[in-house]
Amino acid sequence: MKAGDLGELALRNLREAVLRNSLTTLGVAVGVASLVAMLSLGVGLQELATRRLSNSGLFDTVIVTARRNMQGMRRPAANPAPAKPERALDDDARSEFARLPNVLEVYPQMRFPTEVRYNGNPYSTIVAGVPDSARGNGSYDGIQGSFFSGPNADEAILQIEFAKDLSEQTSTLIGKELVVRYAERQALAPQNGAGNGSGADAVDGGAGGFSIVPREKKLRIVGIVETEPAAGFGGFGSGRLLIPLEVASALRAAQVNDLREAVRATAGKPAYASLTVRAKSPAQVEAIETAIKSMGFGTFSLLDATRNLRLFFTIFDLLLAIFGSLALAVATLGIINTLVMAILERRREIGILKALGAADRDVKELFFVEAGVMGLFGGVLGVGFGWFIGRALTWGTNIYLHRQNLPSAHVFSVPWWLVLGAIVFAVGVSLAAGLYPATRAARLNPVEALRYE
Amino acid sequence: MTTGDGVAVRAERVSRHYRMGAAVIRAVDEVTLEIRAGEFVALLGSSGSGKSTLLNLMAGLDRPTGGAIFANGRNLSGLSSLELARYRSRTVGMVFQSFNLLPRMTLEENVELPLRLAEVDRGERGARVQEALERVRLEKRLTHRPSELSGGEQQRAALARALVNRPTILFADEPTGNLDSATGESIMLLLKEIQQKLGMTIVMVTHERPLAERFADRIAALADGKLLTGGVES
Repeated sequence: MKAGDLGELALRNLREAVLRNSLTTLGVAVGVASLVAMLSLGVGLQELATRRLSNSGLFDTVIVTARRNMQGMRRPAANPAPAKPERALDDDARSEFARLPNVLEVYPQMRFPTEVRYNGNPYSTIVAGVPDSARGNGSYDGIQGSFFSGPNADEAILQIEFAKDLSEQTSTLIGKELVVRYAERQALAPQNGAGNGSGADAVDGGAGGFSIVPREKKLRIVGIVETEPAAGFGGFGSGRLLIPLEVASALRAAQVNDLREAVRATAGKPAYASLTVRAKSPAQVEAIETAIKSMGFGTFSLLDATRNLRLFFTIFDLLLAIFGSLALAVATLGIINTLVMAILERRREIGILKALGAADRDVKELFFVEAGVMGLFGGVLGVGFGWFIGRALTWGTNIYLHRQNLPSAHVFSVPWWLVLGAIVFAVGVSLAAGLYPATRAARLNPVEALRYE
Repeated sequence: MTTGDGVAVRAERVSRHYRMGAAVIRAVDEVTLEIRAGEFVALLGSSGSGKSTLLNLMAGLDRPTGGAIFANGRNLSGLSSLELARYRSRTVGMVFQSFNLLPRMTLEENVELPLRLAEVDRGERGARVQEALERVRLEKRLTHRPSELSGGEQQRAALARALVNRPTILFADEPTGNLDSATGESIMLLLKEIQQKLGMTIVMVTHERPLAERFADRIAALADGKLLTGGVES
């Protein structure tokens, strides 16, 4: 029989027992909805976690340091390969990194110890420079107060524990001023012709060395955060007092690597202890890391952690899919039941079809198409139901989050591949369910079928 | 279409035995029967004589347990399931005692069904359905469902359905069994007309001897699965 005729006859047959077939299709729809809801929840949570972690700067970040030759600490190899010359992590390198594909921004790690004076009391802590790009990436979504008003604003954001050291009523700190005491590097003139002696520009780590001068800076507190995003990654400790990166750079505060850089010849150019290279997405971190390594620098990223995250969510999604499939398995039994009942009811009709020239294959295909159509309609309906369940879940979750004073979140995502996959899966499962009834119908003896009343 | 010897169907020592527990039911037992092209043969016998079983075997609805059936020179026993389905679709038309129209379909759809199964082009089907219904004088009842027709009309519709694929052999199993005598006679007249106009071979099962004697060219009588008379044209 031609495909068009097969489809027409199948639809006609489905219409004849419309209530039973609708209920069976509804069963498939519920099964698919359960599957879609579960998987969408898994996908949504994965996206949420990835987005939040990406925003935290942990997973889209490569920390670049100058490669150190530490072979003196180890036993030398029998035939040691010649060591690559060490490259300085200077502005030239910074520009090269910025030109790499998929690099969003490159900025230096600015962390230095300081003494904060507030209400006449001294507090030792660590200052960290925050790039202005952190403003829109969600890292500071839960901030009490606000982010810096501008990249050069003399403002500070406090980590909550540090804020508690300053005042028990942390909310009262916002708008208040504090004083930061820090050690500023000041350039020294080059000695014995070392370096190029280009004055103040060559001071930071330049061949001329530097002296330390105590300085003070007044800052206004604008916000309080739970933790510093990316705390402890790429620095020597978490910053408890955050200031705009450009302000931190302008302070020329002495950092931990300054002593080492002072004794190294860097052609008079400023050298950084480390640079942070941010990728457009975590997926591009690996390529960027490889490119930077090939330039002769050391790198560090949390790539393995993102791999583990993907592994975790793959297993999580698999488990959700298994639970979601249980309802579909029940629906499959419904299809088998419906089609077996149809065979009993249409036994005589099958006999007539065979007497009129229908081959076993025609009868089998007819039942297959009926099962497939129920699967198709069930799949489409199920995706719709699943989507509604997801919307309801998101709505309910956001009400709960709102009551907990937490920002709203999309815990549910229905990507296009899930929509298509669920419909194809529903049709596939329905066809598999139709296999036994269709084969049974095809094997009916026409003479016996015609005798059936 | 016939073989060169003009024989449409030939059954050679055909048997159809059923096993029911330890007993063997010999529904058809070593029957030899030859039906010539264009001939109207009546298979006559009482209930349980094996006439319908023999008809089913010749129509390709069932396979014999012994012997062979040749239709248009081909041994039906040697055909695959698909080939046998094609034989039923293109060579044979069937009419049943209980009409066997599909109640959910209109007359037009019922008559079109064999054309769908034979994969006849959609554009050609309308004319073929019209032609078949005109032949049985039901062309004005296209949109009616079987339940809206009388018994005689339903049997005429079944006849149109059997003829729509232009078969060479028509098998009719008690075509007047569910009809009153007047309506039955009109169906028999129609069958005779089709035989004469189209030169069609007709094999009809009946238990009514007067009807068989009046309309059939030859009567093959069966009892207890065996052929008593009329196996070969005299």
